[in-house]
Amino acid sequence: MLLKELTELYGVSGNEKEVREFIKSKAEKYSDEIKVDSMGNLVCVKKGNNAKHKLMISAHMDEVGFMITGYGDGGVLKFATVGGIDSRILLGKRLVVGDKKLPGVIGGKPIHLQSAAERKSNINIKNMYIDIGADTKEEAEKLISVGEYAAFYSSYTNLGKDVIKAKALDDRVGCAILLDILKDEKYNNFDLYACFTVQEEVGLRGAEVLSYSINPDIALVVEGTTCSDVLDVEEHQQSTILGGGAALTIMDRGAYSNKKLVEFLYTNGKKNNIPVQYKTTTTGGNDAGKIQTAKGGVVVASVSVPCRYIHSPVSLMSKNDFDSCYKLVKMALDEFDKNPGLIDSFK
Amino acid sequence: MDYTNILKDISTYPGISGREESFSKYIKGIFDKYCDETIIDSFYNVIGIKKGSSEKSKKIMIAAHLDEIGMVVTGIEKKGFLRFSNIGGIDPKILLAQEVVVHGKKDIIGVIGAKPPHLLKDTDAKKAVKIQDLSIDTGLSEEEVKEYISIGDFVTFKAEPFLLKNKKISSKSLDNRGGVAVLIDIMEKLKKIQHECDVYFVATSQEEVGLRGATVAAYNIRPDVAVVIDACHGAIPEMAKDLVFKLGKGPAIAVGPNLHGDLTKKLIDIAKEENIPYQIEPSPGNTGTDAWAIQVSRSGIPTVLVSVPLKYMHTTVETLHLNDIKYSGKLVLKFILSIEGEIGGILCC
Repeated sequence: MLLKELTELYGVSGNEKEVREFIKSKAEKYSDEIKVDSMGNLVCVKKGNNAKHKLMISAHMDEVGFMITGYGDGGVLKFATVGGIDSRILLGKRLVVGDKKLPGVIGGKPIHLQSAAERKSNINIKNMYIDIGADTKEEAEKLISVGEYAAFYSSYTNLGKDVIKAKALDDRVGCAILLDILKDEKYNNFDLYACFTVQEEVGLRGAEVLSYSINPDIALVVEGTTCSDVLDVEEHQQSTILGGGAALTIMDRGAYSNKKLVEFLYTNGKKNNIPVQYKTTTTGGNDAGKIQTAKGGVVVASVSVPCRYIHSPVSLMSKNDFDSCYKLVKMALDEFDKNPGLIDSFK
Repeated sequence: MDYTNILKDISTYPGISGREESFSKYIKGIFDKYCDETIIDSFYNVIGIKKGSSEKSKKIMIAAHLDEIGMVVTGIEKKGFLRFSNIGGIDPKILLAQEVVVHGKKDIIGVIGAKPPHLLKDTDAKKAVKIQDLSIDTGLSEEEVKEYISIGDFVTFKAEPFLLKNKKISSKSLDNRGGVAVLIDIMEKLKKIQHECDVYFVATSQEEVGLRGATVAAYNIRPDVAVVIDACHGAIPEMAKDLVFKLGKGPAIAVGPNLHGDLTKKLIDIAKEENIPYQIEPSPGNTGTDAWAIQVSRSGIPTVLVSVPLKYMHTTVETLHLNDIKYSGKLVLKFILSIEGEIGGILCC
């Protein structure tokens, strides 16, 4: 499993090169064909000897982060978010800034100096800044250009036996699972397209063009998804449960998963003692939203690792859930290979 | 002294107000290298004594607090989520998505979480988060949490030091481990210098919860003069320039009723004579430092205050300039040497 390496790489949407190069270097020896398209999507193909279908498994390489938009007094950097980030989590965080990967921090007015009204309200992101230690605006301009990216800094850490803390679990968990499948599996009756997409966090842009190019029969999207099973959240709003197994999406804002395919995954997961759960909220969305409508339409389903505190530098996941997702995807691919008629039965 | 490494080292060591024992022992280990005698008192103040050459020597106390702000576990909830409260002044707005260490039967790493933003009412999302809405998530099961963690266990921040441009370092607890580094810098240099006074280096405890360590240390030591080294607010874009201090431009020398007037003037004169950069911190009342407690110990102790400019105070990204540590050390060292033999004169004023 390459999750530590993958989560410690930087790849904010639109700047995925570092992640792509890493995955490419690992996938090369397991793939019959590797392509990078004009947007930066990476496709690793494993040909079947007797292939009649195209199977797409997909994970996005990009992560949420920041873009430098300008300079403030005393050499600080102004920024905007790339992808959805709760601005309330930003104060007191460490970042890696720009092409030079400079260490930076997001500070703020100390509590001692805040007025009573300031203590009660949140700080607008427009009033925040990144401090890289530059003394003047001129110095900051020389070090970092407007338009460069910044990402959360967070080291991959074990919490107890089962839980991992890292940044960018959404969706390096998917990338890691795809790499494991590529490494260990070989199928006869279909061509396997392992797709590492770009720009999911800013509108599913990579998957949109890639699914058009490939035109697969089935696509399984492997994701990190929301998990709100935390204190003070009612059960029906929890979405997924940490440690509850691979999460299957029925519907979200972007896609309906294929009903028969989801039932197949759930039933066969249970049958094979792979923990599975349904994602119980319908908010959010992922690459399945665009893949589903590619060309004449594609059969899709999402298999996800529940991630608490998603889109933050301290996302948590369960290693058992990660294993369950890997096993569920592998189980599905094995079944499709054994029984090619199954693929057509979902359409 | 290697300022970077000592600051990395002592800023990351947990030592929360009221639970300084382990850190105090660690600091004693450093003091032992440079002092004639080092003791830890009942409050976990660390007192390093460097004897002077004069038989009738006076006592000068150089104090910097070693404790840090943090949290305490106040409840263990379903699934093992921990409720907590603050120790010392913490802005709840900096707490979301922070990493912490819960000091239970063993050290347990956790993160601070809350109800996700999409589940908040619009009106609640606009309000600053309250500490009672937050919880610590250790990733452990409820059974494991109950095995290792109890209500009342202390919690410290886990933050990796970052070296920023222009000799700036960002870490947790630089308020006031920066001051502790200044103490170490002075004692290292003083080891090679003849001096008349007995110098009492005191790394004080419980400053953040009410200057308690300094209160008992000053009473017990009964110094003739005291110098306090702490942090003052560094310049940030959102603050008027007269209320904050630029990083790298030297320590701030506090002026006001909390400080001894003539000794403060002397400190300023020394800075001028020795070409040590300095800034003036006008302090019209309580300085909020150990100087407030020490000044009124017993029948009164002439006290001065030297502060290291520090940005983002009481956050996990407190930032200071290494040169300010060096300048502070030099200034206080020259001050110690300059007042030998003439304390009486100054105190008469």
